[in-house]
Amino acid sequence: MTTFDSKLAWAGATVRPSRGKVFLALAALLLTVAVLSLAIGPTGISLQALPRAFEASLGFTTDAAAARDRLVLIDLRLPRTLLAAFVGAALATSGAMMQGLFRNPLADPGLIGVSSGAALFAISAIVLGHGIAAPIVAPLGIYALPIAAFFGGLLTTIILVVIASRHGELAVGTLLLAGIAVGAFAASISGVIVYVSDDRELRDLTLWQMGSLSGASWQKVSAVTPFAVVLALLVPRLARGLNGFLLGEAEAMHLGVDTERTKRLVIAATAAAVGASVAVAGVIGFVGLVVPHVMRLIAGPDHRAVLPGSAVLGAALVIVADIVARMIVRPAELPIGIVLAFIGAPVFLHLVLRRGVRGLE
Amino acid sequence: MLEARNITVKRGAKALLADASLMIASGRLTAIIGPNGAGKSTLLRVMAGELRPTEGAVLLDGDDISHISVARLATRRSVVTQSTSLSFPFTVLEVVMLGATVPGFGVRDTEAATVARQALRAVGLHAFEARMLHELSGGEKQRVHIARALCQLDTLPRQPGETAALLLDEPTASLDLKHQSDVLALIKKQAQSGRAILLVIHDLNLAAAFADDVVLMADGRIVGHGTPDDILNEDLLSHTFGCRLQIVSSGEGRRVILPAAIARRLGTGAATQ
Repeated sequence: MTTFDSKLAWAGATVRPSRGKVFLALAALLLTVAVLSLAIGPTGISLQALPRAFEASLGFTTDAAAARDRLVLIDLRLPRTLLAAFVGAALATSGAMMQGLFRNPLADPGLIGVSSGAALFAISAIVLGHGIAAPIVAPLGIYALPIAAFFGGLLTTIILVVIASRHGELAVGTLLLAGIAVGAFAASISGVIVYVSDDRELRDLTLWQMGSLSGASWQKVSAVTPFAVVLALLVPRLARGLNGFLLGEAEAMHLGVDTERTKRLVIAATAAAVGASVAVAGVIGFVGLVVPHVMRLIAGPDHRAVLPGSAVLGAALVIVADIVARMIVRPAELPIGIVLAFIGAPVFLHLVLRRGVRGLE
Repeated sequence: MLEARNITVKRGAKALLADASLMIASGRLTAIIGPNGAGKSTLLRVMAGELRPTEGAVLLDGDDISHISVARLATRRSVVTQSTSLSFPFTVLEVVMLGATVPGFGVRDTEAATVARQALRAVGLHAFEARMLHELSGGEKQRVHIARALCQLDTLPRQPGETAALLLDEPTASLDLKHQSDVLALIKKQAQSGRAILLVIHDLNLAAAFADDVVLMADGRIVGHGTPDDILNEDLLSHTFGCRLQIVSSGEGRRVILPAAIARRLGTGAATQ
């Protein structure tokens, strides 16, 4: 009887690949797509021009062709690739963190309005930055937008947590629905601000909105670098705590997790990640939904694998989406959000259908 | 030793617990019994450090647990709640390993896996380690969570002389008869190996069979505390549960506690002590 039971039990066994192998494969994937992103573009300049481009940027050559190669490879494609990687890593990790904290795979910063809240504050900073908020916005320089967007994301998340908390428990159904309402509200205020802005503000806004990744520059890369460093140091420390949260908040406390501290850090880290990526690339949805889902399928739900894995896979996904966005209708460009929604919407539907209405509880 | 001293818990004007004091000692299995809404689970949650009492304090080896960090507390007590649900697809072994890997005392995964496998063997689920938790029955899931609580106490570092307490809220509620007695035998063995066990349980007969001490609660108060023989008497139980209970002899000096109405239907009313 025991042997029969054992065989039955082993028949349904789940074998996970080792974390090291998964990380190695993901790193190889990221490297490959990053090189492709440098090599592919509407101008047709290939990677072979890279040494010459570097020579030009270091001032060793003044050749006109080398200068053109430098412009395309070092000043356009490289920062664009780096920003795509940052945005993908930040959005995917913040999705994974939110899903862990709220114990629901549908919690995505784009879906629950955090990105819209961040965008509202970024838009406000652009518009009011010329007027009444100038004394605050001006000294912050290139960091004004990401910092404003960070506070927008933070405020939105706190509002959502307050709305959805009942007796210390978070009602995820309420959270998701309230997130849609809060997101729509933030978007409508953004609309009003755009409507009342003057010509100069409108030009800045339009540049930011259509910007997505096509407006990538070294200035934007340096604006998000401090965020990237803080997140890279902070996020891995949250993995064990989030693993505890997967059993429930009380259980996490029983297991030794400082639950209040973990909650606060996760919310702050999510707001920072979403804020910085919204500030440089606008609102991009579905990355935070799709990537952690795929990572869990590959490596299981342990956040020690899901968080770093999502960062790398998210970076690779957004780089690929960006390559598609700039090549598919060249010389024009498709907004990257359209490309990602094309992949993300079916995955979202799949998650909803598989979990049914229970997924909202 | 884990001690609740004059615990009062209020929700608005209502007192969920009123001046409850209880001491559970290492090496003993203490069972809390009582009708629904008596405050059993609330007392367990307070003693687990999960719920702050309005008044009173919980002491672990003499130290107020509100002054012990949650991580240190986790090395000295583990908890099995009534229903724990997981939102993401973990395997059985991964869930049990959470007991050792979440608190971050530098327990390596290989070491955690070894202890987790021993814990799974102890609850009779060693063949299920690679199965997904959500594919298991309710009773099997409950045993997995018990294994997780054991894994937590077995791996985390404690100072010599520190109490290791295991708190369980109705761990047998979703188990069949065989697994009820298997799980209680396992818990009893934990007590015998020197751990302090607190168990909330509805089944009076299981409490009578396994507990060293029985705590009887009603309306947020402790109304009786003593050995099973002291507490499990017809009058006290009938009064507390608000229905006539009978202690029925089942031969060889063994006794079973039954509501009188059920004893009559079974035709055993005549065999009352």
